[in-house]
Amino acid sequence: MNAPPKAITGVSTFVDDRIGAGNFLKRNLRKIFPDHWSFLLGEIALYSFIILLLTGTFLTFWFKPGMAETTYTGNYAPLYGVKMSEAYASALHISFDIRGGLLMRQIHHWAALLFVAGMTVHMLRVFFTGAYRKPRELNWIIGILLLSLALLEGLTGYSLPDDLLSGAGLRITEGVMLAIPIVGTYLQFFLFGGEYPGHDVISRFYSIHILLIPGILLALVTAHMILMWVQKHTQMPGKGRTEKNVVGAPFYPAFMIKAGAFFLFTFGVIALLGTFAQINPIWLFGPYTPADISAGSQPDWYMGFLEGALRLMPAWEINFLGHTVTFSVLIPALVPLGIVMTGLALYPFLEQWVTGDRREHHVADRPRNNPHRTAIGISGMTFYGILWLLGANDEISANFHISLYTTTWFGRVAIFVGPAIAYWITYRMCIGLQRKDAEVLSHGVESGVIKRMPNGQYIEIHTPPAEDIAEHIRGKKEIPVLESAEDGEGIPPKSARSALGRLRAKLSEAYGTDHVPLTDGHHEEGHEGEHAGVGAGDRKELH
Amino acid sequence: MTEQNEFPESGRVQTRVLGTPPADAPIVDTDPVHAPEGVPGVIPQDPVKARKAERLVALLFLVTFLAGAGFIASYVIFQVGTIDRTATSNLALGGTLALALLSLAAGLTVWVRRIMPKYNLVQERHEMRSDDDTREYVQETFLQGADESGFVKHRLLRRTLLLAAAPLGLAPLVLLKDLGPLPGTSLRHTVWGEPTKDGKPRRLVVEGSGQPIRAADFNSPGGILSVVPEGYEEDLNALAKATLILLKFRPEELKSGTNLNWTHDGIVAYSKICTHVGCPAALYEQTTHHILCPCHQSTFDAADGAKVVFGPAARPLPQLPIGIDEEGYLVAKSDFDVPVGPSFWERGDAEAEVREKAS
Repeated sequence: MNAPPKAITGVSTFVDDRIGAGNFLKRNLRKIFPDHWSFLLGEIALYSFIILLLTGTFLTFWFKPGMAETTYTGNYAPLYGVKMSEAYASALHISFDIRGGLLMRQIHHWAALLFVAGMTVHMLRVFFTGAYRKPRELNWIIGILLLSLALLEGLTGYSLPDDLLSGAGLRITEGVMLAIPIVGTYLQFFLFGGEYPGHDVISRFYSIHILLIPGILLALVTAHMILMWVQKHTQMPGKGRTEKNVVGAPFYPAFMIKAGAFFLFTFGVIALLGTFAQINPIWLFGPYTPADISAGSQPDWYMGFLEGALRLMPAWEINFLGHTVTFSVLIPALVPLGIVMTGLALYPFLEQWVTGDRREHHVADRPRNNPHRTAIGISGMTFYGILWLLGANDEISANFHISLYTTTWFGRVAIFVGPAIAYWITYRMCIGLQRKDAEVLSHGVESGVIKRMPNGQYIEIHTPPAEDIAEHIRGKKEIPVLESAEDGEGIPPKSARSALGRLRAKLSEAYGTDHVPLTDGHHEEGHEGEHAGVGAGDRKELH
Repeated sequence: MTEQNEFPESGRVQTRVLGTPPADAPIVDTDPVHAPEGVPGVIPQDPVKARKAERLVALLFLVTFLAGAGFIASYVIFQVGTIDRTATSNLALGGTLALALLSLAAGLTVWVRRIMPKYNLVQERHEMRSDDDTREYVQETFLQGADESGFVKHRLLRRTLLLAAAPLGLAPLVLLKDLGPLPGTSLRHTVWGEPTKDGKPRRLVVEGSGQPIRAADFNSPGGILSVVPEGYEEDLNALAKATLILLKFRPEELKSGTNLNWTHDGIVAYSKICTHVGCPAALYEQTTHHILCPCHQSTFDAADGAKVVFGPAARPLPQLPIGIDEEGYLVAKSDFDVPVGPSFWERGDAEAEVREKAS
């Protein structure tokens, strides 16, 4: 290797003399990153966030977060002379009078949608592969916080342009705040600066949207990255991959350039969307007035499940000691979000409690190999999905000619039945896939080659699976089960004697029992002969 | 620290259609054409293929340059202002930006994948926990520090310090007190209850045009108007509570839920603000007399006191007492007798209170 050029040694010596960066770089430059397509999902979220910061800054140069009334005199003719808020007028100004303004607005909006989508799918990947397990529980919780804050960030951003559609969302926010017992009216008055809509809510949302939440998001994203870096990435099971190593490509230069390219891909695709797929055409909606609304009003996709919950809920309001408690708003606004977020945050610890597994895990699970976890995940997704779908029940009704109330009733039933069915189907599918794996290992794969036996019989030759596939399958780990509830003399340990202890033992038994060991290849008698394994001679015939 | 072992096969799991015979050779061609000495796990590319890829990468970078230049040119060439011009500018700027980003991304990706060597390096993991000695040392140091500080020994100091901190912890919340006025009873009233400056009852005017409504002119049964209070046509705060739907019925269509004393000649006024979460309930189906809120599909029967027939709203849309003034225009006879819009804690059972008062 040649001696490094002076320009580099000079700078690096200067830096290293002062902060000793060499020690850090020595350890980290060649850090190994494992490869799997699903590891890119989190990166999509990260890059969308960076794009949001960039485009968002551009937008702040012209956006005026005020609700003071002004008369529009800009270039967009259909709204000329119409009275509107400064916020809406400046959003129109950005769209029509600033070169690239419309593009930046649309890229910002698309990136926001993709940000939440990327986080969600990344979270599902982490969940289904069990990558949240020790030592990564803290990062999992940071992830849940990130997702919750992103929803709030989306809501505040969506409201800023003060068009008719965003105003409708704000009105619903107000209704939900009012429904909160005891402090609801005060919260609403304090946030809006008096009765709805007041004059302050846009400027307050603006401070929250561009300063408070992005600041926290940035800090949490950084912490998320640092933890990932320190703990090293998980890897999928495969040849040579153990709990004690990482197999993959080094950070410098391969991963760095790939990641850079992937950022550009993400940015490029979002730029394409911003260019060709019109989004949030606020000039068509008109300025907000609380007296008007258009049919088919929809929130951005990530709020759809809350909207669906509000639509599903039957009327239920009680009078409690002279106070109104309106469950028809409280339950749908708080319970589904609570179930999803709390459930996600607690899951790693619940699983640990059930399995008694306190080891570190670095090799990810294939979803099929932990059927109950996968079924719980799909069940949760079904719960979310039904609410999400019903958030657009008016559109479904209009486009598919289904009676509007039928869609609501469908949702009211499906929200309870759907997750249960999904659980059962997923569990069965996982078991089926595990059987298939076991079969592939012990029985080989169908080669598609037909062989004629000396006695005239035709059989299909099965060949052993390729080594990488076999290794991938063999990566299956047994799910730990709590130590037997009984000792040798039939007396359960103290901890298992309480009702909770018995429940825990039962759950553990159900959660961890492996119904399909890899050796379970369904080798019936004579099956082997029927298909004939591959002999040394047969191999040649295949090629 | 970084231990690197050789793995001749790709560690990556390839997808493979079951049923096809596996190749004897590894699926990724990892034949070390010119294996470098001393760097195990780093597999160089075929130089002939790499040279081809180099030309492709260079071409992609050139496209990036041209597209980038095109972006700047588009900024100068295409002005904005009208819808069409904005659309053209958006297309030119966005198209060139996307092309520049994507071709640069593609170029870098091809570079990594076809020119740079392939890697199959292994790095050892180490348990996260510190070793026992370290843990013990930290614990001891911590306890020693706590001891030195006297935090444990001086109980009075410790307690008064906690006491001192408590109000400061609340300070950020206290500071927020000036955010808004207190609700008071403002949610219970609308501007319909206030007489106009000259002491007359407030007229109903058509939303948008501000025209007062002569009862005799609103004579088509099944008709519907969106109505706002005179003098507050532009006041969003007032409109957020006071907007009405005005409906005209044939007398025989009205059912017992509607307060007939508050109608005028079959004309009924309901609050337009949905009692669920406050969206305007703006859709009306003439044949069934159903008012539907497009946000969450709460449905109200306008012929029967706007009672809820479907959806999450728990209360009917409040009815406004209306009559006519001496010129025959529709006016509000008083405010709503119950609060309009979404429910809130202090609302209580306003409907029951009204019934009690009446009996």
